[in-house]
Amino acid sequence: MIDALGEPQSVLVLGGSSEIARATIEALPRTRLRRVVLAGRPSAAIDDAAMSLGNSGIPTVEVATFDATDTDSHEAFVDDVFDDGDIDIVIMAFGVLGDQMDAEADPSKAVHVATVNYTGAVSVGLHVARRLRQQGHGHLVVLSSVAGDRARRSNYVYGSTKAGLDAFAQGLGDALVGSGASVLVVRPGMVRTRMSDGLPEAPMTTDPEVVGKVIVQALRKGKHTVYAPGPLRFLMTAVKAVPRPVFRKLPQ
Amino acid sequence: MSSPLAVHDDDHLLTGWGRTAPSRATVTTPANYDDVASSVRSAGARGVLARGLGRSYGDAAQSGGATVVDMTGLHRIDLDVAAETLTTDAGASVDQILRVIVPAGFFVPVTAGTRFVTVGGAIAADIHGKNHHGEGSFGQHVLRMTVIDGAGDVRVLAPDDPETSEMFWATVGGMGLTGIIVEATIRLLPIETSRMSVDTVRCPDLDDVMSRMIEGDDDYRYSVAWIDSVAASGRGVLTRGDHAERTQLTDKEAVDPLAYATPSLPSAPSFIPNGLLNSASVRAFNEAWFRKHPKNRIGEIHSIPSFFHPLDGVRDWNRVYGPQGFLQYQFVVPDSAGWIVERTLSRLKDVGAPSFLTVLKRFGPANPAPLSFPQPGWTLAADVPAGIDELGPVLDELDELVASEGGRLYFAKDSRQSPSMVARTYPRLGEWQAVRDRMDPKGVFTSDLGRRLSL
Repeated sequence: MIDALGEPQSVLVLGGSSEIARATIEALPRTRLRRVVLAGRPSAAIDDAAMSLGNSGIPTVEVATFDATDTDSHEAFVDDVFDDGDIDIVIMAFGVLGDQMDAEADPSKAVHVATVNYTGAVSVGLHVARRLRQQGHGHLVVLSSVAGDRARRSNYVYGSTKAGLDAFAQGLGDALVGSGASVLVVRPGMVRTRMSDGLPEAPMTTDPEVVGKVIVQALRKGKHTVYAPGPLRFLMTAVKAVPRPVFRKLPQ
Repeated sequence: MSSPLAVHDDDHLLTGWGRTAPSRATVTTPANYDDVASSVRSAGARGVLARGLGRSYGDAAQSGGATVVDMTGLHRIDLDVAAETLTTDAGASVDQILRVIVPAGFFVPVTAGTRFVTVGGAIAADIHGKNHHGEGSFGQHVLRMTVIDGAGDVRVLAPDDPETSEMFWATVGGMGLTGIIVEATIRLLPIETSRMSVDTVRCPDLDDVMSRMIEGDDDYRYSVAWIDSVAASGRGVLTRGDHAERTQLTDKEAVDPLAYATPSLPSAPSFIPNGLLNSASVRAFNEAWFRKHPKNRIGEIHSIPSFFHPLDGVRDWNRVYGPQGFLQYQFVVPDSAGWIVERTLSRLKDVGAPSFLTVLKRFGPANPAPLSFPQPGWTLAADVPAGIDELGPVLDELDELVASEGGRLYFAKDSRQSPSMVARTYPRLGEWQAVRDRMDPKGVFTSDLGRRLSL
């Protein structure tokens, strides 16, 4: 249960090796936190994350196998996690960037990006929503992206999956009004993580710690949509207003 | 195919009086005890919980995903004048009861600072009032109660029945987790008049308040001190009294010595920005409240509402704390740790937690209930807005002091303590759990408080 001061007792991370999810847990008030489940494909990164969270004093840190592309497994996976106890905050943080040029050359690579980022998220998101509604409380944090706000030549496959995910999460949030559960849509700009390693930095590029703090504050205030960093909201309003013939010619 | 996400008409978001941490439940409104039993029998995996008037500050009367049985529709009241007892449905409120019994010359044995609590809630929280130092808490005046257990079966529990007394005391203070109380018989206090004879003293500092209480409380049936949470001195107003006798009334009052009326003021605005309640407005309120009381007055005649339930005149006063809600920090510590009272006031000042209502009182002996809150010593209750930064760490620090001195927090007010704090400060928790498991082997009674604190 989340207490009157907003302190959670349990967190599930989908995409357990995510640096943004990790930073979010670091930013959460943690004196009441007693169970964290890191779910993802088995990797050294996820084991390291679990080890370091355990060392930081969280009594129970579990690693669970979760594959976004294996949608048939999602129902049982979600039920297993929730059957062991209520989850106060679910952070949906998995996703792949892919390479736009590769995807155009081999559309099956585009399908993979779409399957992970969109299809997998829709599948597990609905199962999570069902359990949150059943328990009558809890937050689902969905990591969308400003890339979904406006398609760009350089990464429109990725952008389109985030656009779809964003719309899904907004609608899911509306569906859950009155259920006790809520959805927070987070739209980070470019974040310095493994995913963006080696790419040129975009304006307002930020760190996972900043995104984590933005998420925690938004949860506390009960917001449904938040940009990270916050001022990106204004930049994206401007970006969305640029006519396509002009936008196309801007540096991508 | 019906959607598992659909929200239904009987789904309600519930919070406590502090309006923090809502959860959704399916609310049912039983028409009789059989309906209550069938709600228990048909409870789903998330369980079932009784709810009264929702005056617990935190998450005691809510249970996410569960069936919550709204008991307030069941409020039959039977007064037995000869036996000086009252048998009521658990959903009857002290407000409804007083309207019946005061004109007949009786008073409830214990009342909290609000009359908008149900009898079921009063027993489940084992509420206390201004007379705890002499007369104990609510549960001590219950002669018998009827409870629906975890199997949906009716049990009649009494403190003097060796077969059921353990279950009786587990239900007193059991926060609704042993079963649903549907009916209770309580012992009443005969009164000659509906007025209170009150002595008031304005005290310049906290030491003066506390020493006067130690010296004089035993001479009064009722005693409580209001503390100015803003002034550095910890000044306060001590009000003590008893039910007035007929001879103390004026001729005009004596015409109808048992007259009982409850004034009501407009409700607080439904939306107040969080910022309005700030240290300036609280300072002004505390100053005015201190000044409004006479310096020293003996035997002043007050009405029951003005003496016991001054805030009930303002409906929904909990809204003044704005959308982020508030909590009430209430602890009890033994006399030897009276210094924690001063420390608490000063730490709350440090974080700029403005409190309108800070109340200090002395408790008498504890009763046999394993989870009952009162024990001998000092109890301080302070309202604080939940949105204040650094409030959590400061309250955790105070918890540590309270626990290390043998004190504890009140479940009916709690919305943020830790499970380990409970395990440490309620040493009879295991004993209570064993009785609870007998009354509810399948664990159908659930609450957010119970989940949060691993009760």
